[in-house]
Amino acid sequence: MNLAYRDVRHNLFRFVLTCLGLSLLMAVVLAMIGIYNGLVADALNIVKAPQADLWVVESGTQGPFAEASKIPGSTRDAVARLHGVAEAGSITYQTVEARHAGDTLRLYVIGYEPGRPGGPQAIAEGRGITQTHFELVADRQTGLVVGDRIRLGRNSFAVVGLVEDTMNSGGDPAAFITLVDAQTLQSQLAPPAQRVQTARGAGLLESADTVAAVIARLEPAADPQGVATTVRQWKHLGALTQAEQEAILIGSVVDRAKRQIGLFLGILLTVSAVVIALIIYTMTMEKLKQIATLKLIGAPDRTIVSLIVQQSLALGMVGWSFGLILILLVKDYFPRRVVLEPVNAAALGGIIIVVCIVASGLGVRAALKVDPATAIGG
Amino acid sequence: MDDARQPLIEIAGVSKHFGEGEARVDALRDIGLTVRRGEVVALLGPSGSGKTTLLNVIGCIIAPTVGRVTLDGELVYDNRALRGDLRRLRLDKIGFIFQFHNLLPFLNARDNVALVLTLAGRSSAEAQAQAVELLDYLEVGHRKDTMPALLSGGEAQRVAIARALANSPRIILADEPTAALDSKRAGIVMDLLRKLAAEQDACIVAVTHDEKIYDRFDRLFHLRDGVLEVQGEEAT
Ligand SMILES: Nc1ncnc2c1ncn2[C@@H]1O[C@H](COP(=O)(O)OP(=O)(O)O)[C@@H](O)[C@H]1O
Ligand SMILES: [Mg+2]
Repeated sequence: MNLAYRDVRHNLFRFVLTCLGLSLLMAVVLAMIGIYNGLVADALNIVKAPQADLWVVESGTQGPFAEASKIPGSTRDAVARLHGVAEAGSITYQTVEARHAGDTLRLYVIGYEPGRPGGPQAIAEGRGITQTHFELVADRQTGLVVGDRIRLGRNSFAVVGLVEDTMNSGGDPAAFITLVDAQTLQSQLAPPAQRVQTARGAGLLESADTVAAVIARLEPAADPQGVATTVRQWKHLGALTQAEQEAILIGSVVDRAKRQIGLFLGILLTVSAVVIALIIYTMTMEKLKQIATLKLIGAPDRTIVSLIVQQSLALGMVGWSFGLILILLVKDYFPRRVVLEPVNAAALGGIIIVVCIVASGLGVRAALKVDPATAIGG
Repeated sequence: MDDARQPLIEIAGVSKHFGEGEARVDALRDIGLTVRRGEVVALLGPSGSGKTTLLNVIGCIIAPTVGRVTLDGELVYDNRALRGDLRRLRLDKIGFIFQFHNLLPFLNARDNVALVLTLAGRSSAEAQAQAVELLDYLEVGHRKDTMPALLSGGEAQRVAIARALANSPRIILADEPTAALDSKRAGIVMDLLRKLAAEQDACIVAVTHDEKIYDRFDRLFHLRDGVLEVQGEEAT
């Protein structure tokens, strides 16, 4: 007969209540892990979306995500002509606030050249952009639906398609428009002083035909580093391989969030460990008299230790499972993506098992010390 | 060794004190006591005279400060504990019955009894069957599936007796076993204990305050301030 199970069944309501409390804690820990994963995945998604091999940016910058980058629109032709480059496309990125359905909507507007690299990868609903002007493909997170119209700058755009999971590292959902529209939008939204200058034709870089970056896809045989070196010889241009671009994003944008969330996660795990330890210790202390009785009737330490360890493992595992179920049920209601990999859940499970065993050590110590005489009297 | 006169409990020169200096309490002073097979003896004495302490020393729950304790022919204490696994000794040789039943609250009546048997190595089915048999014998078989909290005082005490007797211990120790019962029930319980002791060739040491059941004991021992005085004839 399994004493741990019998005792749990006897105090089932309390056990379940404790498990529920613990599972809320576990759900928070899992949510934190999921939020972090979501952040990284989102940040990388926007870099991975164009399926580029090479990013040509303003020299001396780590653009266009970590830093602003501005290069002439003519760069694309020059890059496309390079040996080893299969195709190239200009791209712009800007964060724009628009009014929609009475709300302010922050959009991460991506301007690209239809037919060239940089456009939306998979259209989830509707179609891609086919017109040169005033069509828009938005991330589903914007709340826009196919057929909506939205005003950006002085023009009204028709939503023709939706994509999923495309947003910048700040969580602003993406909206794709054509490069020409994006450039117009950029000049419309530029500060007035700069607009005056641009109108006077001052400065090449301030001209209307600037882009944030040119992305290139290479021939299968081409070496990204080789092409990058060639590009860097043009003195106003810099080049980053896809791997470098991802590393920059993780290093700059994601790293701070990682440390922030990582620290918080550490605190949460510590709190969870302390709570688990307290629960198990209290559970054991409440049973000391029964443990003394067990000793009195001759139960060996093994019986007593397994009673405590089994209960604490059951508590941890039930709490962990409830927590996992809970977070899987609610994760889609988070405003930003919560990405939980099986390995995360498994790692937390592993940590919980260790915590439970260590915590039951405290209880076991108290239990083994208890004098069987305390079972007598009272 | 089959001698009916064989002593099951032999205590010589046992003293026990708690605390030191000002706080020192001499609970037992130089106790000598022998209890043989089939004997049913009572420990009497006012509150605080050391009855529970003596019972605990016999039951290997507490170690005497000095003295020798021999149980069923085995020297257990000789100024120090001679056996590491006193718990196993308790499981094999000693059955306890307490004033308060001390049943495990999370096991039903049958499993409280069966637990002792499984601890002693009996198979689960065997333990269950034997537990039910014992409960039937103690006339609480109909309550076998009841949790201790729902048993009446008398029922719980009989379940506790069943548990104490489950492993056929040679030595049955009872600390005011009938205190929670009315005198009629107390008499029934004592008769039952006597009968079981006779059947299992065991001895019983019971602490009691209940004068109405004195006649059910072979010998009465009086404790006063930790000193033992024998009363009544030693059975022949
Ligand atoms: N664990 C202990 N620590 C300190 N003093 C104790 C302890 N157990 C018993 N005593 C003392 O020893 C004396 C005898 O106690 P006890 O054997 O319980 O008496 P009785 O059972 O006859 O009432 C009492 O004075 C009691 O206070
Ligand atoms: Mg007492």
